[in-house]
Amino acid sequence: MTDSAVAAAASPQAAHPRLARPVSDQPELVQLLTPEGERVEHPDYAIDLSDDELRGLYRDLVLVRRVDAEATALQRQGELGIWASLLGQEAAQVGSGRAMRADDYAFPTYREHGVAWCRGVDPLNLLGLFRGVNHGGWDPNEKNFHLYTIVIGAQTLHATGYAMGVQKDGAESAVIAYFGDGATSQGDVNEAFIFASVFNAPVVFFCQNNQWAISEPIEKQTRIPLYRRAMGFGFPGIRVDGNDVLACLAVTRAALQNAREGSGPTLIEAYTYRMGAHTTSDDPTRYRLSDELESWKLKDPVERMKAYLSRNGIATQAYFDEVERESAELAAYVRKGCLEMPDPEPLSIFEHVYADRHPLLEEEREQFAAYLETFERAEGTR
Amino acid sequence: MATITLAKGINMGLRKAMENDPKVLVMGEDVGKLGGVFRVTDGLQKDFGEDRVIDTPLAESGIVGTAIGLALRGYRPVCEIQFDGFVYPAFDQIVSQLAKMRARALGKVSLPVVIRIPVGGGIGAVEHHSESNEAYFAHTAGLKVVVCSNPVDAFFMTQQAIATDDPVILYEPKRRYWEKADLDESLTLEDATPLHRARVAREGADITVAAYGPVVKTAMEAATAADEEGKSIEVIDLRTLSPLDMPTLCASVEKTGRLVVVHEAPVFLGMGAEVAARATEACFYSLEAPVMRVGGFGTPYPPSRVEEDYLPDLDRILDAVDRSLAF
Repeated sequence: MTDSAVAAAASPQAAHPRLARPVSDQPELVQLLTPEGERVEHPDYAIDLSDDELRGLYRDLVLVRRVDAEATALQRQGELGIWASLLGQEAAQVGSGRAMRADDYAFPTYREHGVAWCRGVDPLNLLGLFRGVNHGGWDPNEKNFHLYTIVIGAQTLHATGYAMGVQKDGAESAVIAYFGDGATSQGDVNEAFIFASVFNAPVVFFCQNNQWAISEPIEKQTRIPLYRRAMGFGFPGIRVDGNDVLACLAVTRAALQNAREGSGPTLIEAYTYRMGAHTTSDDPTRYRLSDELESWKLKDPVERMKAYLSRNGIATQAYFDEVERESAELAAYVRKGCLEMPDPEPLSIFEHVYADRHPLLEEEREQFAAYLETFERAEGTR
Repeated sequence: MATITLAKGINMGLRKAMENDPKVLVMGEDVGKLGGVFRVTDGLQKDFGEDRVIDTPLAESGIVGTAIGLALRGYRPVCEIQFDGFVYPAFDQIVSQLAKMRARALGKVSLPVVIRIPVGGGIGAVEHHSESNEAYFAHTAGLKVVVCSNPVDAFFMTQQAIATDDPVILYEPKRRYWEKADLDESLTLEDATPLHRARVAREGADITVAAYGPVVKTAMEAATAADEEGKSIEVIDLRTLSPLDMPTLCASVEKTGRLVVVHEAPVFLGMGAEVAARATEACFYSLEAPVMRVGGFGTPYPPSRVEEDYLPDLDRILDAVDRSLAF
C-alpha cells in the first residue's frame, strides 16, 4: 500500500477533494410588490397594468380565497369528503392564471382552484370530485383547463405531450404544467423536463413551492433551490415571489411568450407557503411550528395587494366593500350549488369507461340493473 | 398476393394508417432511424419524417405520458415499448391515466393511443425480454387488449387498433415476427375480422384449444399431431383479451364439450383463469370435463437455456388434451 492509499483508507474524506456544497438558499427572487405592498422594479420584468387590471387582480385574489374558505367549511359540515385548500397560494395561481391567453392550456394538480377561476371554470365543477359525485367531469377543452390530476406529477407529461402537439400544429400557443415542490422528486416530472427540453416544447413548468409535501419539508425533496434544477435539463429556471401577484404575472407572461416564440420550456419556482393543511384530513400541528405560519402571514398575498391599492389610491374602501359583497354572493352560490349536487345514479358508473362498445361491461351492467330492480320490486310489494 | 412476415404486417399496417390519417404518430425508443430493434418500424421515418416517427428519450413513462398529451391535442400516437419487461416504468401512466381519463372526464375526452408491446419468450434473451404481462392490462378497466398471432392479423389489427377511439394495448408475439403468410392486398379493413372477435383457426370436433399470440402456432401443431392419433382439436385464436369474445368461444365449447386454454403467461391469475371461469358459467351443461389450463409456471421467466421447459409446447398441450379427453 502506498502512503497516500494508507492515508485515504484512514481518512476517506481526505482522499477526495471536497466538492463545494451548494450555496445557501438565498437566491434572487423576482419581486415587484414587497410584503408591505410597496411597488418595486425589476430590470427584467417590467409590468405596466391599468388601474382596472390591478383592481381585477385583487378581486381575483379575494374571490378565490373566499371560494376556498367556503369549500373548507362545506367539508367541515360533511358536504365534501375532503378539500385541498389553496390558502396562501392565491397570488401564484392568479398571477400565472392571468398570464395565460385563451388559446393557452393549463394542466393542474388538484389544488389549482385559483387557476381554474382565471380560466373561467365554474367553481362548482371543482367540487364534484371532492364531494364524491364524479372524478372531475368537466370538459377540459371548454376553457383549456385540464382535469385535476391526483397522482403527483403525472400531468406534467400530459402537458409536455400536449405542447409537442401544439408545436406539430404550428400553433402559437403555450402550455403550462402545475405541480408542487414534492412533485419535483417524481420520475414523471423529471421525464417531462427531459422531453420538453429535447423537443423544445412550448411548455412552462410552474412549480408552487409551498414548502411542504404533506408533512415533509422542502429539505426532504432537494438540496438545491428547485429553480436551479432547470439548468441541468437545459432550460432556464427562475424563482419568483409566489405571494406577489404582479411578479407571478410578469414572470409567467414572459415564460409563456418565450414558449410561444419557440424558445422552449421554462421552470418557474413560485416561492410561497401552504398556510393551511395539506387537505382537510391533515393535521399540520404534528409536524410544523406555528411560528413559521406566523412569519408567512406577514407576507400574505391578498393583504399586500390591498395595501398597494389603497396606499396608491387605486382602489377606495367602496371598491373593497364591493368585492367583499361579491365574494359573499359567490360563496352563497358555491354553497347552494354544492348542496344541490345530486348523487350519481348507480348505473352511471358503467358509462364513459370506453368510447366503443364493450360487450362484457354491457353484460355486467345488465346484470346489475336486473339485480337493482329486484329491490325496487320488493319495495313495491311492501 | 404478397408473402409477408408478421413484423412486415405491422409495418404495413402502421404505414397504411399513417397514410390515411395525418394525425397518426409513431413514437418510441429507436423506432426512427434504426426502425426499431425488431425493424417493425423500418422505413417509416424516412417516408413520414421525424415529426411523425419520433425517436424519444429512453423513458417509458415519458413516452406514454406525452402520448396522452398528444392524444388530448388530437393526435393518434402509436407508442412502441421496446420489450414486454420494460413497460412497468409506464405502468402508472397506462393504468392510472390512459385507462381512466375518459371516465374522469365523463366521456368528454377520448384517448386513441395504441401501445405496441413485443411479448413473450422463445428468443433466447436475457431477463426482462421474454415476459407475458397481458393480464395486468386486461384487468384494467378502460383499456382494450389484443394479441395478434399471424402476419395477416398483424396487418389488420394494427390498423383497427389505431382506428379505435379507446386506448389499445397491442401485443406482438416476438418469436413469431419472422413467420410468413400470404396477404391478399385487395382486402380492405371491411373484409377483416373485427378487432374484438376471436377466430376459429382450425375446426375440430372433440375438444377446443383456445390460445392467443405466440402459442396459437403451437396449438395448431398440436392439432395436427392429435389428428394423426384420431383426435380432432378445434383451435380458437382468442385475439382479443379485453373485451373477451365469449360467444365465439362458447359456440366451440358447446360443440366439443371440452376446453383447454393455453398461454405463455403464468397460469395463476392468468387469462386462462378468466376464460375457464366464464366458460364454466356459460357452458356448464356442455362441459364433459373441467377446463384445463396450460401456461407458464409461478416462477420468474427462466434463463433462456431452460426456457423451452417453461414455455407451453406441443407435448404439454397434448398432455392437457389427453387429460381432458380421459376425464
